[in-house]
Amino acid sequence: MAFLAVELRNITKTFPGVIANNNINLGVKDGEIHAIVGENGAGKSTLMNILYGLEHQDKGNIVIRGKKVRMENPHVAISHGIGMVHQHFMLVRRFTVAENIVLGREPRRGPFTDIRKGLEKIREISDRYGFGIPAGEITGNLPVGMLQRAEIVKVLYRGAKILILDEPTAVLTPQEVKELFLILRNLKEQGHTVIFITHKLKEVMEIADRVTVMRKGAVAGVRQTGETDESELSRMMIGRTVYLETGRKKAEKKETLLELRGVSLEDEKGVKALDNVSLELSSGEILGIAGVEGNGQNDLLEAVWGLKKTSSGKIYLMGRDITRLEPARARREGMSYIPADRQRHGLVLEYSVAFNMALGRQADRSFSHGIWKMNFTGMREKSRQMISEYNIVPGNPGAPAYSLSGGNQQKIVVAREIDRNPSVLLAAHPTRGVDIGVVEIIYKKLLEERAKGKGIILVSSELSEILALSDRILVMFSGRITGETSPDKTCEEELGMMMTGSISMQERQ
Amino acid sequence: MTDFVLNILLQTVRISVPYILAAVGGVFSESSGVINIGLEGIMLNGAFCSVVGTYYLGNPWLGLIAGVTGGIITSVIHAVSCIRYKVNHIVSGVAINIFAVGITKFFLILVFGSSSNSARIIPLKLITFPVIGGISPVIVITVFIVVLAHVILFKTPFGLRLRACGENPAAADSLGINVWLMRYSGVAISGALAGLAGAWLAMQQSQFTSNMSSGRGFIALAAMIFGKWTPLGATGAALIFGLAESIQIHVQTMGVNIPSQFIQSIPYLLTIIVLSGLIGRSEPPAAVGKPYPEELSL
Ligand SMILES: Nc1ncnc2c1ncn2[C@@H]1O[C@H](COP(=O)(O)OP(=O)(O)O)[C@@H](O)[C@H]1O
Ligand SMILES: [Mg+2]
Repeated sequence: MAFLAVELRNITKTFPGVIANNNINLGVKDGEIHAIVGENGAGKSTLMNILYGLEHQDKGNIVIRGKKVRMENPHVAISHGIGMVHQHFMLVRRFTVAENIVLGREPRRGPFTDIRKGLEKIREISDRYGFGIPAGEITGNLPVGMLQRAEIVKVLYRGAKILILDEPTAVLTPQEVKELFLILRNLKEQGHTVIFITHKLKEVMEIADRVTVMRKGAVAGVRQTGETDESELSRMMIGRTVYLETGRKKAEKKETLLELRGVSLEDEKGVKALDNVSLELSSGEILGIAGVEGNGQNDLLEAVWGLKKTSSGKIYLMGRDITRLEPARARREGMSYIPADRQRHGLVLEYSVAFNMALGRQADRSFSHGIWKMNFTGMREKSRQMISEYNIVPGNPGAPAYSLSGGNQQKIVVAREIDRNPSVLLAAHPTRGVDIGVVEIIYKKLLEERAKGKGIILVSSELSEILALSDRILVMFSGRITGETSPDKTCEEELGMMMTGSISMQERQ
Repeated sequence: MTDFVLNILLQTVRISVPYILAAVGGVFSESSGVINIGLEGIMLNGAFCSVVGTYYLGNPWLGLIAGVTGGIITSVIHAVSCIRYKVNHIVSGVAINIFAVGITKFFLILVFGSSSNSARIIPLKLITFPVIGGISPVIVITVFIVVLAHVILFKTPFGLRLRACGENPAAADSLGINVWLMRYSGVAISGALAGLAGAWLAMQQSQFTSNMSSGRGFIALAAMIFGKWTPLGATGAALIFGLAESIQIHVQTMGVNIPSQFIQSIPYLLTIIVLSGLIGRSEPPAAVGKPYPEELSL
């Protein structure tokens, strides 16, 4: 009987505060392309790192071709024919491609590196699978797609029969994706097994034989790609959640507060993070932005806020051009921002609660007397007021922020940003990782602001949250706005399919 | 006239030897990812150890070995603090320099009963060449070291791995290379070479004098940068710096007075020029000065 190429049995892995993998079972057949899909944070990378020996499971077993293996480190994985291409490239930019590939396994002649022998072997691999790789070039001069191929050749050079590719298409242009798939098919034809991680369902349907869907650290199901479709997969991937009842009334729209016209933004690698985005936000409106993480939602907020420089297009706040304003100016112009990562961008963890509430507002009347002297009394008073309003525990303004739970840290950020009384509030994942009680408070506050006629852009990966709060919903996919709908016209499943690019607006209508 | 030129050239070499050795050492340390501004202090400790070694063992060759050993030990202190304890490399290097001045002075008084200089030691026997005459064997060793350094760094697996650790330690690690071990090796090699440079200084004067490295470690650093972090480049730069000093000395004996401070500032001026990219940019290894694995923030 044929063994499975890889079998993971009951793998559990916890990090402080998160169960990244919860009792996972995964079987990969010899010679298949097996996709693993799931939202960001579903635990895909963790699972693969365990298989490759970079992380170690708390519980469970790894079985390779019928033999139980203890993956102490990547050496063990490599010796079992497993190779991994990481989400982030592991290349030395100043080396030639060949040097990068042979590094750690250099062919030798006497005491010297025999780079010629290395080049030969690389050429052989390159020709066999159609990589077309320029082995003599300096790595740093090559485009992203080529770097990725170098990574794959690196793995093959080490004799891998089982290849793990962690989100290989995330950084590629559509053309490069096509070329990558060609190579993957060649690999499969010649007997390799490929584990392919992604969150794009189209790609799964195109390239994979089977697919394992992960959701919140667990396996949500396994399907033959021939026997499923994108809508089923997206339902499995995103799942259902209970709506939080918000009981909001329809707000009447008035003036336009924020307007984006054809805004584009490129990331460091030249990949379009935002592609010709236009939208309008009115007073008294919550505009929900739905999308699978990494499709440009956060870039959108950062562009409006001035953290990222746009490459083209215009941004207007109440009619004024704010396209390239610094964040400090954006604040003065009447915007507030709840960042996605509160610990890195929203708080100074070593500071007290009171200081954190004064961050970015240190020049305001209640926090300072002129430019030389801080108003500590005012600061404490103001923070006491916010602490009671948001029920922050512990209620001590002097407590360092790191000593608070995640939910209470988030309340500091939300309280500060709303208390500034902005006309436009940008909120990125305002309830991520906080418990239900805090979610309620934050929802209540957001709706209060809306009732006061403020405009709010809400980015969230929780569809229930988008549906519960938004007046209008825009769907983002690959940096573009691919659809517009509203909570009374759609449901989570349909949104899920729009988010994964499975249906477009035209098909919907 | 030919004598004059020959003299200048020989003196250039003599002045350059400690620069070359320490600069090539610096190349190894920084290629592995560890900034080493402690070369100055390592050199000083190497000089002192070589004098003590020669004094007690009665053989300058054993003294040379003692100097190298002293250099290695000093550099390992730097390595442990930078690699194991992730101390800022500059801070650790400065500490090494201050530490070396203090400890050599302390032992100078303890061993030789003087705060300024040691007893005199037997120097190394010169090797006689035709035309150029007697030359210290350390010069021959230095030539050999430079060539060897180039070959090791650019032609062997060890060199490739060492440089990978200074450029992208995570990549090296993912390929099963022991980043810590590589970095310790790089720093220890720099210690050995800077120690040898110190021993050379002591042998030249047949004694140890307080603070005798007097800035040569920093000139070596400048040579390393000017030479774009390669052994051959660093050697070339060290020779240029040496030539400038040598010319200044000769011109001075002829009665023309170029201020020596001006000549001494040349290495640093040139270094600033290459660092600013005015003539052919010189860039350090990408991950130099960064601890591995990097500390995770809260
Ligand atoms: N080294 C780590 N320390 C703490 N938490 C981690 C670590 N790596 C991953 N996590 C957490 O584990 C969960 C799963 O992450 P990951 O496996 O990267 O998901 P995916 O690859 O599916 O996006 C996330 O909540 C993430 O924050
Ligand atoms: Mg991942």
